[in-house]
Amino acid sequence: MGTSVLFGVRTERGVFCMFLLLLLFCVGGKCEHQESKPTSQTNLPTVKPFPNEPQAFPSEERANLPVFTMDYPRIQLPFEFTLWVLLASFAKIGFHIYHKITIWIPESCLLITIGLIVGAIMHAVKEEPPAVLSSNVFFLYMLPPIVLDSGYFIPTRPFFENIGTVLWYAVVGTLWNSIGIGLSLFAICQFEVFGLQDINLQENLLFASIISAVDPVAALNVFEDIGVNEQMYIVIFGEGLFNDAVTVVLSSMFTFLADMPIVESADVFRGVARFFVVAAGGVLFGLLFGFMAAFTTRFTHNVRQIEPLFVFMYSYLAYLVAECFSISSILAIVTCAITMKYYVEENVSQRSCTTIRHVVKMLATVSETLIFFFLGVVTITITEHEWNWAYIMFTLLLAFIWRGIGILVLTQIINPFRTIQFNYKDQFGLAYGGLRGAICFALAFTLPDTINRKNLFVTASVAVIIFTVFIQGISIRPIVEYINIRRTNKDLHTINVEVHTRVMEHVVCGIEDLCGQWSHYYWKDKFKKFNDRILRRILLRDNRAESSIVSLYKKLELQNAIELLDTPMGDLSAAPSMVSLPDERKETSRPKKKFLTADVRKMHDILSKNMYKIRQKTMAYTNKYNLPDDSRTREILIRRHASIRRSVRASSFREPSEQNIPKSQKYYSLQPGGDLETAFALRRRSHGGGSGPQFSGASPHSSSRSLVPMKRLNTIKESGSAGEQPATSAHPRSTSPGVDVLDERGPRSLGGSSLRGWRPVPASRRRSSDRVNEDPTDSECTGERDEPVRPPQLPPPRGWLPENQDPGDNEAGNPLLRHSSKGS
Amino acid sequence: MGALQSSPGQHEYSDLAEKTGFSFRQIGVLHTRFKQLSHNEETLRRDHFNEIPDLACNPIRAQIVEAFFDRRNFRENGEGTVQEIGFEEFLVVMSHFRPPSLHMTQEQRESVRREKLRFLFNMHDTDNDGTITLEEYRHLVEELLSLSETLEKNTAKSIADAAMLEVASISMGHMEPDEFYEGITFEHFLKLLNGFEIESRMNIRFLRMDTTTLCK
Repeated sequence: MGTSVLFGVRTERGVFCMFLLLLLFCVGGKCEHQESKPTSQTNLPTVKPFPNEPQAFPSEERANLPVFTMDYPRIQLPFEFTLWVLLASFAKIGFHIYHKITIWIPESCLLITIGLIVGAIMHAVKEEPPAVLSSNVFFLYMLPPIVLDSGYFIPTRPFFENIGTVLWYAVVGTLWNSIGIGLSLFAICQFEVFGLQDINLQENLLFASIISAVDPVAALNVFEDIGVNEQMYIVIFGEGLFNDAVTVVLSSMFTFLADMPIVESADVFRGVARFFVVAAGGVLFGLLFGFMAAFTTRFTHNVRQIEPLFVFMYSYLAYLVAECFSISSILAIVTCAITMKYYVEENVSQRSCTTIRHVVKMLATVSETLIFFFLGVVTITITEHEWNWAYIMFTLLLAFIWRGIGILVLTQIINPFRTIQFNYKDQFGLAYGGLRGAICFALAFTLPDTINRKNLFVTASVAVIIFTVFIQGISIRPIVEYINIRRTNKDLHTINVEVHTRVMEHVVCGIEDLCGQWSHYYWKDKFKKFNDRILRRILLRDNRAESSIVSLYKKLELQNAIELLDTPMGDLSAAPSMVSLPDERKETSRPKKKFLTADVRKMHDILSKNMYKIRQKTMAYTNKYNLPDDSRTREILIRRHASIRRSVRASSFREPSEQNIPKSQKYYSLQPGGDLETAFALRRRSHGGGSGPQFSGASPHSSSRSLVPMKRLNTIKESGSAGEQPATSAHPRSTSPGVDVLDERGPRSLGGSSLRGWRPVPASRRRSSDRVNEDPTDSECTGERDEPVRPPQLPPPRGWLPENQDPGDNEAGNPLLRHSSKGS
Repeated sequence: MGALQSSPGQHEYSDLAEKTGFSFRQIGVLHTRFKQLSHNEETLRRDHFNEIPDLACNPIRAQIVEAFFDRRNFRENGEGTVQEIGFEEFLVVMSHFRPPSLHMTQEQRESVRREKLRFLFNMHDTDNDGTITLEEYRHLVEELLSLSETLEKNTAKSIADAAMLEVASISMGHMEPDEFYEGITFEHFLKLLNGFEIESRMNIRFLRMDTTTLCK
């Protein structure tokens, strides 16, 4: 649609074509209503082509006060830009409607294809290509978001574990490719047959350095999907990131050299020296601005609205300043992002953190989409393509060969230094994953006009990109799957794995200390100490160190809690399908249910919902286009903190009940868990009553010990419910042995759930029911009495709130406590 | 390779090399370190380990040290603990940390993996009854968290319990109501860490002592 407007303004034919095209794009009716706006504008210019200038008082003597004016030229640039972005985004929506397409054909291919189509149409109507892509626009506005994104979302731990290899491939590999391809192309240019003698060495090197920038987006997506081993993934990721930096430096250097008639050896040394200055400078500026950003966010807790801004401003500042001193701006922004991420995310509020992540992703996606899209458009609309079969074919061939040899040779050199070495399959994956992309195109397209065969270079770059993106991009998935590259189980985020990773790291670190080895574990340890002692003190507002085990644990608990919250209140009794049970559980429990009575099923629902669900939490990798989805847990965290605080406060002040009620009510309403707890408690008591000791009666078979593991879950407030898990894990599946037990419990638990139906009634009532135990109806009267005292009784989340640790508080909430003492 | 380890005699080394799979050079390096640690005595005792300054801040130092005196780690089916170890035992224990070679069959990889996991498992299973019980697990988590002062014991306990529960649900599939999960057996341990690439992580390169290997 965007384009339609542009053309409508000038050529009538265009409007027509564009509409057809847009219909193609707008799969599904989504864009319809947006479309109407542009259309209406499309016709306007014909009515009144170029209206008066905007004046406060248009000359009254000449004409009447115009009722309607229009000033298109004024808004043209931003307007067109917006429409381009929209168009590209629509295309993206379009092909994500059919997921299968993007699995087999990388998104970049599709974008280029659409770009090609649009370009063809524009060409047909003799339209000018968009002027947006100039050198400045690219380097100042489009590149920063892309690298910021990569830097911000780089998986830190694997990255630092493999940093040597990453840099090795990125720096030496890129140099290798540039020089190798450049020299061999120069050799080929010497053959008279091809008519390429006018391309000198520097220009060849320049061109070679441009096309050695790999941009493995497509490859990364594939690798991530099929879960290749972490080392390989991070090496590709890091290489793509850092070789952009190297390429930009190299190509700017060669651009400079290309103008010099004679290159002396001194210039070469100066070039090498400059290379290091540029790299070191970039890193320095990055660190500087990163720490500044972290330090600034330490003080922003009163102005949450602008918190996210600092991340963007500081990183952009780092970029611009670096650009100003012509040092590597990419390195600067990447270092800045890596440095500040850790601290900033701890300083800012959860919401700001989410905002930052979303905005970073969004900007990057837009930039990249646009670049690929323009790539398609420009490929067609550029009139002065210079197609030289020999040069282009050799470029393709050489780019492929040198990349292959480069990886092979470099890996042989680096392998002895690696603990886990790359085997040949890995190397093949690395080599084949070297797609060229956005950066390469942009660099070629923004070459200065002084390069005499610029057109040839652009054409050749486009050819390389299209070849690699289409051929390699599409074939990489089948190939990697076929040769069966070493894979890793990428989502292993269970508590146990986290615990054992830590244990193993400590062991390895300890053994290294024992034998006096220094390695990255050693450095990691040292940095951690430095970080805890100094950096965190300075940069963080709340600088208590937190073990990652604890944070993972919290995350899991939160996710659990969220699920509880998510289930619609009051309809626990609704169809089981609504329940967010993990599938396998459903599977296992379903066939076994002999009792299909509603009661039993409800029981199962309740139990399984409150089970501690073990599941894969976090994504190990960040998808290029998607955010790691932990936003939900974070948001809940906020709510939870707030509510906890509220309840604590309430309890400590013992406010009169009237004031208290609304608060606690709100608080409780968050937790379906509450009633469950009462339901359980009920059950338990009743059993206890039956056979004396509280637990053993419940099911003669279930030893109280079996409950032991579960009781601990009461760290969280839902805890009540979570605490029951032991029982839950056993029961939902219980088959024949448990039958009678289930039956017995059925009606009670029902009672519990039906309580839920009374939503508006404060949870306290439910609770009270657990004290009074037996009859839910009783609870109604007792409920009122209880309310004022209620808040203190919630088992507070222990993990987070050391303050109210008083065990006395818990008595009502956790029958578990008592059991535990008994059990263990 | 030659110069470094000429002193202790190639013979002795070749036996050790065969037994542990270390190269002569690595054995040389480790021997130097051994002598340094033991102050040129023949054997190492626990206090020697406790003198190592870098180790002092390792939260699970006790377990690490204990692993060196645990017969189960000597690859000879022994049990119980010993009071002092010679260089051979030292080397054998260290050999659990040898990186896997590049060309390995699937079974070899699997056995390396088992062996490394066994080492970890033995470290946790302090009473050597073949299971990691809840108490042992709690103890482990407590020690892991012992460095951060902000947490109290309860957190560690609850984490251990949650982890245990997780183990139960992973390894048992489902449990009958009358079942009780006593602890993690080695089989469960394997299953639990299935997919955790220990064979590519629990490695040390054992080369020159001052090498800094930044490329993993």
